[in-house]
Amino acid sequence: MTTYIIRRLISAVLVLFSISVMVFLIFFATPGVNPAARIAGRSATPQILAQVSKEFGLNRPLPIRYALMMYHLFIKQDLTSYVNIGDKVVPQITAAAPVTLSLILGAAIIWMFVGVLGGLIAAANRGKFIDPLIMFFGIAAVSVPAYWLGEVVNYFTQDRLHTSVFSWVPALGYVSPTTNPWQWAVHLFFPWITLAALYAGIYARVLRGELINAMNEDYVRTARAKGLSERRILLRHALRCSLISIVSLFGLDFGALIGGAALLVEVVFGLPGVGLLTYNSLLNLDLPVIMGCVMYGAFFVVLASAVVDVLYAYLDPRVRVVR
Amino acid sequence: MLSVHDLKVSFATRQGEVRAVDGLSLEVGQREVLGIVGESGSGKSVAMYSMLGLVRDANASITGSVRFEGKEILGLADKDMQSIRGGDIGMIFQDPMTALTPVYTVGWQIVEQIRAHTDMTKPQAKERAIELLAEVGIPDPRTRVNHYPHEFSGGMRQRVVIAMALSCNPKLLIADEPTTALDVTTQAQILSLMSRLQETHGSSIVIITHDMGVIAEMAHRVVVMYAGRPAEIGPEIDVVRSPRHPYTWGLLGAVPRAGTRSQRLATIPGNAISPLDVPVGCAFAPRCEYRMAICVERPLMKGADGHQDACWLSDEQRITIRSSVGRGTS
Repeated sequence: MTTYIIRRLISAVLVLFSISVMVFLIFFATPGVNPAARIAGRSATPQILAQVSKEFGLNRPLPIRYALMMYHLFIKQDLTSYVNIGDKVVPQITAAAPVTLSLILGAAIIWMFVGVLGGLIAAANRGKFIDPLIMFFGIAAVSVPAYWLGEVVNYFTQDRLHTSVFSWVPALGYVSPTTNPWQWAVHLFFPWITLAALYAGIYARVLRGELINAMNEDYVRTARAKGLSERRILLRHALRCSLISIVSLFGLDFGALIGGAALLVEVVFGLPGVGLLTYNSLLNLDLPVIMGCVMYGAFFVVLASAVVDVLYAYLDPRVRVVR
Repeated sequence: MLSVHDLKVSFATRQGEVRAVDGLSLEVGQREVLGIVGESGSGKSVAMYSMLGLVRDANASITGSVRFEGKEILGLADKDMQSIRGGDIGMIFQDPMTALTPVYTVGWQIVEQIRAHTDMTKPQAKERAIELLAEVGIPDPRTRVNHYPHEFSGGMRQRVVIAMALSCNPKLLIADEPTTALDVTTQAQILSLMSRLQETHGSSIVIITHDMGVIAEMAHRVVVMYAGRPAEIGPEIDVVRSPRHPYTWGLLGAVPRAGTRSQRLATIPGNAISPLDVPVGCAFAPRCEYRMAICVERPLMKGADGHQDACWLSDEQRITIRSSVGRGTS
């Protein structure tokens, strides 16, 4: 198991390295494009262009340019935006990351809990009234776009019912958990639920299908022949084996969300997260920020998939065999 | 010890009622090995599963009577059934590759069963699991107990399944084609292991198979099933040496034998009938070489000395047929 984890982490580092090389090549080695002009922005003076050329070593060989870029990005952390002059890239990302992390972590806990519980209850009561009911809510949650649901939630909590039922809901925005943990949770409560609804619906439906398949497996028949209770068979045998596919799904979703896929929810609820940062930098063609955000997103996708693989190996002993 | 009377299992399907088991009656005595033989779809496995409440299809209807040690167990509440399953009655399944939960060690799975039926602590149950693995011939059981199912070969996995089935000293062991998924040399090992364990543990065994060789090796008595109905019941020697039912003649004739030269393997003409339209009369009649006008009526089990069969042929007719064909004797 330890060997497996170490191997997995080494391969994660290698993947990150290749992503950074590819990102670098796309931005700095695309033929027919002057990277200095791209970085300096639309209204750059010749002086600024020269400064950019020097800072990024644009007249030097590619490997040195790559090294310089990584040096500015990770070691000196002084990569600067030329669109909003003087804005450092790395601090922007490190300021936005906790917002996104808070949003995704909270939502993930809710959707895993609700999704797994919903799938379990539906599968255990297959064919009864509650099963199609849960599946209906699941498909409804999947079908509603998050930004629409978010706006509806805002409409009621911030406007229509703000004076009565939802008077406790604060104005949109983000409060750091180090300043006030309670306000942090209250501010994020509705964003969490909005984001979790979609995934809880998907996970409940997937898990229900997996569980129903698992309950027809031979090993479940063996478990019944052993004289175990139905509850134990469902939880210890069928659920345990079905979790394997839920975990791989979770890894993909979690990584993508941290990487900026929660943009719409961030925009609707006015949360200054990575999604919003990427979105704004794309609008301004702010190349250094875009690059920083892409590297950041890649880092979390790779990290999440490495963590999921380790979890996967924990859940499924067949994966642990070192190839 | 186990007594089944007029067991019927049918499934409601869109195409109509499927009668998987249609009036099966049998007895299993103390320390007896009963073989149930028949081709695929003859209802032999469904009969055993339905007895233990392992047929959980909402469309299934199960009637008749199954008495285990004098107590009716058919239709028993799930909770009461759970203490019998795995406790007094152990089961061995056909495919050891899929019969174990892949994510737990074999030791964990044996301990789980022991603790479901006894008050043993986890360490005690684990010691017992190691003993059991040693007993079924798994080398280095103390290490192997912590291994996962995928780390065992097919034959070794079947040994684990057997160890698990034996873990609570069952009085009856039901083995559903325990050797079908294994290669031939492993089959022989598993069969001799089961015979040995049957002698040391003194439990009764019901062995379900389509292999007459397994019957000859293991069984004291045999039930031959066709289309969900018993065709012939009797002591193994009698059924194999002097079979009475034309279907049994066909089954025995279809066993390939070393030393006999024939161009093609002997087969029973025709296909197994669809369980959707089992004839009112004798189920084997459509494929039977010796059918008569009366075969549209269902024959009853009859015979003497515990050797019964369901066929309209008279004793004289059978003697004539068997002397003319010269087949069916070994």
